Amino acid sequence: MQEVLKKKSGENRALAPRESRKTIGNINVQNPRMVCRNVNVFYDEKQAIRNVSIDIGRNEVLAMIGPSGCGKSTFLRCLNRMNDTIDSCHVTGEILFDGKNIYDASVDVVPLRAQIGMVFQKPNPFPKSIYENVAWAPKIHGIVESKSDADEIVESSLQKAGLWEEVKDRLDQPGTGLSGGQQQRLCIARAIAVSPEVILMDEPCSALDPIATAKIEDLIEELRTQYTIAIVTHSMQQASRVSQRTAFFHLGDLIEVGSTETIFTKPSHQLTEDYITGRYG
Amino acid sequence: MNKSTKQAGAGSSGTSRRERTIDIVNKRLEKRYRNEKRFRLYGLLSIMASVAFLMFLLTSIVGNGYTAFLQTYIKLDVQLEQGMIDKENPGRSDFQGIIKQAIRAYYPEVNDRKERRELYALFSSGAAFQLRDAVLKDPALSGTTVSLWVLADDDVDMLMKGHIKRDVPESERRLNNRQLQWIGKLEAEKRIEKRFNTTFFTAGDSREPELAGIWGAVKGSFYTMLVTLALSFPIGIAAAVYLEEFAPKNLATDFIEVNINNLAAVPSIVFGLLGLAVFLNFFGMPRSTPLVGGIVLMLMTLPTIIIASRAALKAVPPSIREAALGVGSSKLQVVTSHVLPLALPGMLTGTIIGMAQALGETAPLLMIGMVAFIVDVPGGFTDPAAVMPVQIYLWADSPERAFVERTSAAIMVLLAFLISMNALAVVMRKRFERRW
Repeated sequence: MQEVLKKKSGENRALAPRESRKTIGNINVQNPRMVCRNVNVFYDEKQAIRNVSIDIGRNEVLAMIGPSGCGKSTFLRCLNRMNDTIDSCHVTGEILFDGKNIYDASVDVVPLRAQIGMVFQKPNPFPKSIYENVAWAPKIHGIVESKSDADEIVESSLQKAGLWEEVKDRLDQPGTGLSGGQQQRLCIARAIAVSPEVILMDEPCSALDPIATAKIEDLIEELRTQYTIAIVTHSMQQASRVSQRTAFFHLGDLIEVGSTETIFTKPSHQLTEDYITGRYG
Repeated sequence: MNKSTKQAGAGSSGTSRRERTIDIVNKRLEKRYRNEKRFRLYGLLSIMASVAFLMFLLTSIVGNGYTAFLQTYIKLDVQLEQGMIDKENPGRSDFQGIIKQAIRAYYPEVNDRKERRELYALFSSGAAFQLRDAVLKDPALSGTTVSLWVLADDDVDMLMKGHIKRDVPESERRLNNRQLQWIGKLEAEKRIEKRFNTTFFTAGDSREPELAGIWGAVKGSFYTMLVTLALSFPIGIAAAVYLEEFAPKNLATDFIEVNINNLAAVPSIVFGLLGLAVFLNFFGMPRSTPLVGGIVLMLMTLPTIIIASRAALKAVPPSIREAALGVGSSKLQVVTSHVLPLALPGMLTGTIIGMAQALGETAPLLMIGMVAFIVDVPGGFTDPAAVMPVQIYLWADSPERAFVERTSAAIMVLLAFLISMNALAVVMRKRFERRW
């Protein structure tokens, strides 16, 4: 295994054609919400994800960790087909949601993304009012018809995101005027306003200070009771705090999956151990 | 030299090395500041040069043109005896004759036929129309004596404005000594004065400078611009949105993009030839009309609008698109709700710049017959019309001295329109601009 590490770290990050490495740990969970099997992602010729198979369980937080460029964000963006916006990107393999492959030709991405919401790395509220930020998505999906319905959804979403008390008096002010942490919680409120089943979070706290981070982490813990959450994070502390299962990615391979406790206390793979102890990555 | 100092420094102790670094920095510091100063000076010089040229242009135009806003009028007492005005049809009375009679009455000493013709030449042929308008407006004038300020001929106007010198020999003057004498009589009795030139702002073109106005061209330009805007704004925006947001990136779209950029560089007269061949000859549309002019200018403006709009769309941060897509909106909803509102200020700016360009365009319009001499103020899109830049071109081409100042005045009007359009662009950009 030491040899593998040497070989890998000596290799440049341009992913040369090679076999995928076998995943250590149990990729299956009971009663999964999403099932990914043999997922490969290519940017033109370059392969970014190799043969990744993993289940995402109901009401669990799955943390994806790994060094920069390991493909964890790419994989996350496959889960609601956000990669469709990149022309050069194509995906093979199966990602099952409700028993259906989301990359099937018959699947419409619009309702899919309404069920699998996303929170991005950089807070990206719409340049509209706080109210509009939350109410827009329910409006376009026709979930709300009257003004009172919309008010209700805005209030409940902001409350779930823990932002209601801070913004209830200034809902008509621009969402971009909030602080970074508030903006990110606004984005979470926006994502949950359409009542998705799964929320994907791509390093949601990387642009935030520790206090704002703590708030988001508390929020994730609360949201878990209602939603399935997959979160990409660079902070191992964060992964260990918020997640139940952790997946370690390295150079496009899913190296190891297991309960967060196991991964952080008794990692099986040398690369995992090196990464979580800070020797690599 | 630097190299050697560095090498020398490398051998000495830590503290002296630090001093050395500072020395090296200090040595070059002066030069760096000098460079910066010089660079700023260049910038300042170029700005001053452009401002100087602009001032030169403006002063020359305003200096030549401001006199056109005043026009010489002569006070004439017109006796409207009963029977002079046709009772059935007052508009068809012989107003020219009445005016001539009034002139003769004022100068009873002039009897010679030739002298009389010279005398009549001091008054504009428009005087009869002024009298006609006055009588039609108030029929009760019939039978009274009316004191009417009538237009003076352009030569008299030029004399009053000092463009015809009284002290040059008679043979080199457009007004002879007798005529100067008659004008002297008017001056002595304060019957001649310069007043605000309303004709210039209300009339169409004319062979007589004192009767020529810019209004016909302004209206022609207005209708033309309306056609251009109505066609190029929606087409340009739709093309830009499609190319930027929906079109796949492949050879075909690359080819289209290259050609749009090429179109923006095509000489405008080529668009005029195209308009002549396609719209006039093939489709048989009426020539010299704002409709065809507007379509031709639309072809010319489209690339500008498309390029500016695409740049505005590109400037919308992708994170906004991702955010909207992430909550499950369709592409169209992303565009209409988020991308377009953010890109709109840039699109409007591009459109107004394109329109301003079109407003000042002459060459393609010559090709579709808008260079014709058109006296009537156009009333619609299919009436023959002139546009402002073509009017300027026509007046600049006319031999009469009085058209010189009218040319400059017309340029001033055109510039006023351009400046207000650009100001509108700035205001709109400020107004719709949103931070993200």
